[in-house]
Amino acid sequence: MGDFEKSGQRLIALCLLGFLLFNYPVLALFNLPQTVFGIPVLYAYIFCAWALLIGAMAWVVEKRR
Amino acid sequence: MLQGGVIVVSSFAYLGLLFAIAYYADKRADAGRSVIASPYIYSLSLAVYATAWTFYGSVGRAAVDGVGFLPIYIGPTLMIALWWVVMRKILRISKQNRITSLADFIASRYGKSALLGGMVTVIAVIGIVPYISLQLKAVSNGFLILMQYPEIVMPAKVGAVPVLQDTALWVALILALFTIAFGTRHLDAAEHHEGMVAAIAFESLVKLLAFVAVGVYVTFVIYDGFGDVFARAAADRALAPMLTPLEGVAGSYSNWIWLTILSMLAIMFLPRQFQVSVIENKDESHLNKAIWLFPLYMLAINVFVLPLAFGGRLHFPAGVVDADTYVLTIPMAEKQELLALLVFIGGLSAATGMVIVETIALSTMACNDLLMPVLLRMKSLRLNERLDLTGLLLGIRRGAIVLILLLGYLYFRLAGEAYALVSIGLISFAAVAQFAPAALGGIFWKGGTRRGALAGLLAGFLVWSYTLLLPALARSGWLPVALLEQGPWGIGLLRPLELFGLKGLDQITHAMIWSMVANIGAYVAGSLSGSPSAEETRQASLFVDVLRGGGAGARFWRGTASAPQLYGVLARFLGTEGADEAFRSYAGARGLRWPAEQVTADADFVHFAETQLAGAIGAASARIMVASVVKEEALSLEEVRNILDEASQVVMYSHQLEQKSRELEEATTELRAANERLKELDRLKDDFLSTVTHELRTPLTSIRAFTEILHQEPEIDAAQRRKFLGIITRETERLTRLINQVLDLAKIEAGRALWHETRVDMQQVISDAVTAMGQVFEEKGIRVDVRMPERVSPVHADLDRMIQVMLNLLSNAVKFCDPAAGRIEIALSESDGWLRVDVRDNGAGISAQDQQAIFDKFRQVGDTLTDKPHGTGLGLPISRHIIEHHAGRLWVESERGQGATFSFDLPVAS
Repeated sequence: MGDFEKSGQRLIALCLLGFLLFNYPVLALFNLPQTVFGIPVLYAYIFCAWALLIGAMAWVVEKRR
Repeated sequence: MLQGGVIVVSSFAYLGLLFAIAYYADKRADAGRSVIASPYIYSLSLAVYATAWTFYGSVGRAAVDGVGFLPIYIGPTLMIALWWVVMRKILRISKQNRITSLADFIASRYGKSALLGGMVTVIAVIGIVPYISLQLKAVSNGFLILMQYPEIVMPAKVGAVPVLQDTALWVALILALFTIAFGTRHLDAAEHHEGMVAAIAFESLVKLLAFVAVGVYVTFVIYDGFGDVFARAAADRALAPMLTPLEGVAGSYSNWIWLTILSMLAIMFLPRQFQVSVIENKDESHLNKAIWLFPLYMLAINVFVLPLAFGGRLHFPAGVVDADTYVLTIPMAEKQELLALLVFIGGLSAATGMVIVETIALSTMACNDLLMPVLLRMKSLRLNERLDLTGLLLGIRRGAIVLILLLGYLYFRLAGEAYALVSIGLISFAAVAQFAPAALGGIFWKGGTRRGALAGLLAGFLVWSYTLLLPALARSGWLPVALLEQGPWGIGLLRPLELFGLKGLDQITHAMIWSMVANIGAYVAGSLSGSPSAEETRQASLFVDVLRGGGAGARFWRGTASAPQLYGVLARFLGTEGADEAFRSYAGARGLRWPAEQVTADADFVHFAETQLAGAIGAASARIMVASVVKEEALSLEEVRNILDEASQVVMYSHQLEQKSRELEEATTELRAANERLKELDRLKDDFLSTVTHELRTPLTSIRAFTEILHQEPEIDAAQRRKFLGIITRETERLTRLINQVLDLAKIEAGRALWHETRVDMQQVISDAVTAMGQVFEEKGIRVDVRMPERVSPVHADLDRMIQVMLNLLSNAVKFCDPAAGRIEIALSESDGWLRVDVRDNGAGISAQDQQAIFDKFRQVGDTLTDKPHGTGLGLPISRHIIEHHAGRLWVESERGQGATFSFDLPVAS
């Protein structure tokens, strides 16, 4: 039960982290004209952060077993 | 190749395939082998979130403002992280109360209020109709554009075609028939549509595949990868600014936040999402996988949106091709017929998936929460007297499906032209967001009341209509545009797009801010301003406390009912078979064999019947029906409160009791272990005592025997006398030695022995011991060899004890070595910081099973009946204790007939 609640709290924390990552002002830090491997920094940032967030959620949920 | 016939035939073939999948899944479900009981299917069915709006509209929006479409997909990712807590609760509540739709959920929470359910239904229908019209628009536009292949011609304006020749109308009708065939073939008491879910999961795969296919084609075949697309966009004067598209705090960023929040609410409260995530959920544990699989799907379907948007804008001259159609028109322009057809099918799957689930959900709501409560109250219809109402229920639902799709078409004719796809979708999102305060507040806040929910919903909906629906109608020419520009009656502060002078936000953000302020404000104010009824208090407690062992709805009922009458009601709505099934399962759970044994219509049973009925016609209608056949005594608010207090006290006590009994159990286990240990110690002590007394008795017996002889026979001769006295002396010595050793061992074992530790030279110890035993060796004719290196490092030990160990080992060796040609070898060696001493004899050896036993107290190897005991049996245990006290080891190696080697090692002093 404790394990179960802990997973819930971790997921809530990840949700808050996501809110931080995908909003002003963090988003503004990446709103730059440069590119990474030819991809604009903002786009690259959003998709990478998104993928990492999903990865973290999967980790929290799956490692319980 | 792409003639109209081919397109139509492939479309129908695709719909046929869907139907086959649904049919198969339904058959499997009937046979009890569900195909949808899988977290993967559940996750895929959640992807019904991605509609034609995603499929065509994302690219359209991206072509205008770059990343602006992304919050619509990031929001659900954030929300689903909270599902672990929120959705689990909703699922538990819905299973317990057999909730059939979102309207049912909200109505049920606020005292099974039919009015509230009806209101939610009306808002949902009005809010979702634009969304459905969007799907119709996407499919019919896609069809019309594809028909013109190889030309790329945008479809004519909506009004230009007579109604009967309008593709969108036919799309609407075909989809209506299809949905009816899908969702209302029979009436399921639990509102499960397994076939539909299987088909939706399949559709999710198709649309993802189609979208990724066209994305890969554009990005990697037409262009040279992501970098190439962006590089060319950066080189284009019109597109370059879109690469850093977020500007200004008040503008883009606040829009971004509100879009995120909006989509977070939409993923929970769109009727179709509620349908697939809650109503169709087979197992709570499916949530676990969905929590990351569904966001992953969202990510995958969005990766190629930006390349497609930029690709489209680079490909076509500005203003010729609608950006909403790039997904389809790029493959057409490149003469990729098959890909274009795949894209069309993908778009079709996105649209049909949404339309099917949405209309089924809405029709269930319209039937259970809007029409049935009204019809059941109309006494003149005499519905209560009709024997079987299942036909009526199905008829209402079918009618509702057709009506909703026609409303969608109507909106398409009226307002569809004025907005891009994304904007239409967002209007619907904002409408369903109005359910959030009542629904979320309802599961976490017991204080929320029916009055508050009604006020909140009404206020939110009115603001939504004023700020979003009204402008949509005005822009389409159905209301004067002056209303938008000057405000009603020329009052500037009331301009629908800049309400109370709030400027600089986009339309959705503006509407969300004001509608949420009105909604939450009215909900809280309405809830706090009055007091809830008994029914509301009880439902609030059932919902909010669901995870703390709720489900005892029967506690709140008092009255009289008859089982046959309840059977009659169930049979009317579930059919005779359904009612039989329900009665059998209830009776079975209580060990009765229905119908041979009748069930008593007690509170439990009435509650059961009402919940069963709620599964078919919604909580509000079920309440009315059950109330019509049972005589119940209304509980006063005071009584309900008492029951709740009592219940929460009972829950608290039982928690405490559980806690206590757990503690008690732990204590018992500990006590048991301690008791075992004590018993073991006691046994060891007894063993020890009996052995010691036995050992003491042997010398005592012989001393006593010889003393008696000397006492009774004074004339015994001198030589004999001396011999006897010698024996007595020896036995006394043995007795003394034995007692000394027992005391010694007891002291060591108890840790009370005194140790005088100094630096000890083992060479010296060995020499001293050998010298001390010299007399004995000589007497027995034993040859002793000592092998020692020139110098060894000293050890830190008690010198006397070390000599004691050596003497023990040597006297042991003397006792057991060959009686004729005895030989003892002593070796001392040093390696890696350890000194090692070996004492080897050439006696009979010790068998493997005895090698451990000889270190036990009073254990002497050999046949104790025939052999005379050679010692006290305490030497080796004491030696081992001494060596172990100095952090060393003492052991024996031996084989029968090969002699034995006793060895010990000690760490060198640092």
